[in-house]
Amino acid sequence: MTIDTETQVNPSADLPEDAHQLTAKLRHAAVEALPPQKLMPDRQPAYVASWIYVFGILTVSALAVVILTGIVLAIFGPNWWHVSTVGLFFNSLHLWSVEVFFFCMVVHLWGKFFMAAWRGRRRATWVSGVIAFVISVATAFTGYLSQQNFDSQWISTQAKDGINSTGAGAIMNVTNFGQMIMWHIVLLPLVVGILVGGHILLVRLRGVVPPFAPPDQLAIEVKQGVPADTAATAASEVQA
Amino acid sequence: MSAATHSATADRKRRFRPDRDVEEWHGKYYPYDLIKEGIIAFIVVLIVVVGLAVIFSSPDDKPVTVKSWSTANPVDFAQTAITELDGTSGTATYGPPYNSTTGSSQSIGPISPESWFGVHHPIDTANDYVIDPLQTLPNTPEVQAAVTEYKSASADQQASWTAAYEKAVANATYSNGVLTVPKGDYGPVGTMIAGLTSMARSGALDGALLSSRQFYGTDYTKPLLFIADGQYLANLGAADHLGGDQWGMMNETGNWPGQAWLWLYTMWYQVPPFKTSANADFQVWAVMMFLTLLLALVPFIPGLRSIPRWTRVYRLIWRQHYKDLAPSGPLGKGAESDRGP
Repeated sequence: MTIDTETQVNPSADLPEDAHQLTAKLRHAAVEALPPQKLMPDRQPAYVASWIYVFGILTVSALAVVILTGIVLAIFGPNWWHVSTVGLFFNSLHLWSVEVFFFCMVVHLWGKFFMAAWRGRRRATWVSGVIAFVISVATAFTGYLSQQNFDSQWISTQAKDGINSTGAGAIMNVTNFGQMIMWHIVLLPLVVGILVGGHILLVRLRGVVPPFAPPDQLAIEVKQGVPADTAATAASEVQA
Repeated sequence: MSAATHSATADRKRRFRPDRDVEEWHGKYYPYDLIKEGIIAFIVVLIVVVGLAVIFSSPDDKPVTVKSWSTANPVDFAQTAITELDGTSGTATYGPPYNSTTGSSQSIGPISPESWFGVHHPIDTANDYVIDPLQTLPNTPEVQAAVTEYKSASADQQASWTAAYEKAVANATYSNGVLTVPKGDYGPVGTMIAGLTSMARSGALDGALLSSRQFYGTDYTKPLLFIADGQYLANLGAADHLGGDQWGMMNETGNWPGQAWLWLYTMWYQVPPFKTSANADFQVWAVMMFLTLLLALVPFIPGLRSIPRWTRVYRLIWRQHYKDLAPSGPLGKGAESDRGP
């Protein structure tokens, strides 16, 4: 008996697809919504030509540095950076990557606001971005509460009044270090990760919002309630 | 027809609104390497972050302990301890979620979530901060006798003693390890507070405030609120420009940037009517929640979603595009579309 080790054959390759399967349906829906060229495009519309577009990818990059440095701090535990020079350096990397993350995110947010980036069925992209920003603020806040130093003491004893006034203090006790560090390194980063991931998929799904029509055409759009090109075409047909 | 070759994708059945709808792009596309841009962005951010970390490091001021507080300012500690015993401290009169003091919850009209949720982290300041820790002290018969006498007295008697002590301790001094309080009719309370001050200065009170829980404690609610009731922590915060009226919520010790993104939240505390309101925290949170909701729902709100079109900042962002669209520009001549994704 001989065994052909050169050609490995997938025994399931010739089987017909079970189109009724949930797995198959989900795969088809995912590929249909986001085909590879759309998910990872190698072309961009010509109007994507401004430095403001860089701040989206810079925000994601800063988030990656935040997560990586946070993982290092988590590996060695919450006391490490108070007693180790290397630990202090990683804490500094973590802090400054958070500062860069927020700077880039705020510039990105206002850039998208002035582009009215919600136009053309992109409202979910905008809403997911705003929610990601708000949850990021909460994540950073719990980080400040988890530092185990004077800043943590001060911020927690000052912030408790605001949190308690909303009733949320019944669940979220900002003076409970154990609870806050769990929120900071598990719960909230998970939510931010899901939101940012969903936000990026929505950007790929809907694409980058096109510019407003030029001012003269924009006036036609506002007045007639139809796209400028449609109005212009209709007008030329009437004249013809 | 426009050289940019727009085509309407908005639903033809409804009126086209330029702040809600868009003509999808069928113009030119250019090569673009998404992964390469991501790698370059990551490297740039990493270099910037490493540079900032090397130059500026990060703050790490030591935390205040009950020991360091009572050592640095034993009189402030004693003055705070008596308010915990007689139930007049900030924590004792806080209300939910720490205790059920009535009328202390913040509200806007009839809306008061703080009182709706009730007590979830119960703190009985007299027992948790003074009586229970004193009862753990070994070899202190005088202190234990004072605690017994205090506990067995009537509520009126206790109130009379604590009121007298609170008045006297306002003029207390501390030297050579002795807390000297002007004489008064405060019964066993003087012995109790002096004993608690000694306990705090030895470091034993820090442990006692946590040891009522399990061995591995991570909840510092009780010692933190006790420390925050004193003037010592507030003075340290004010000296570092961290007070509520100093934009403290967004600041950090030293010159580090802190949570600059909280500027709007912090700003409300600096201006009337919030600055002087007894319900400032709830009011500021209500305003911020409303504004956040507004920001999230901008695409759905007529008028608000038109601001980008009115302000025309987009002309700066897409200036190259509009330049190309001009009659003399490349798109103005009706250039052919490149392939899109």
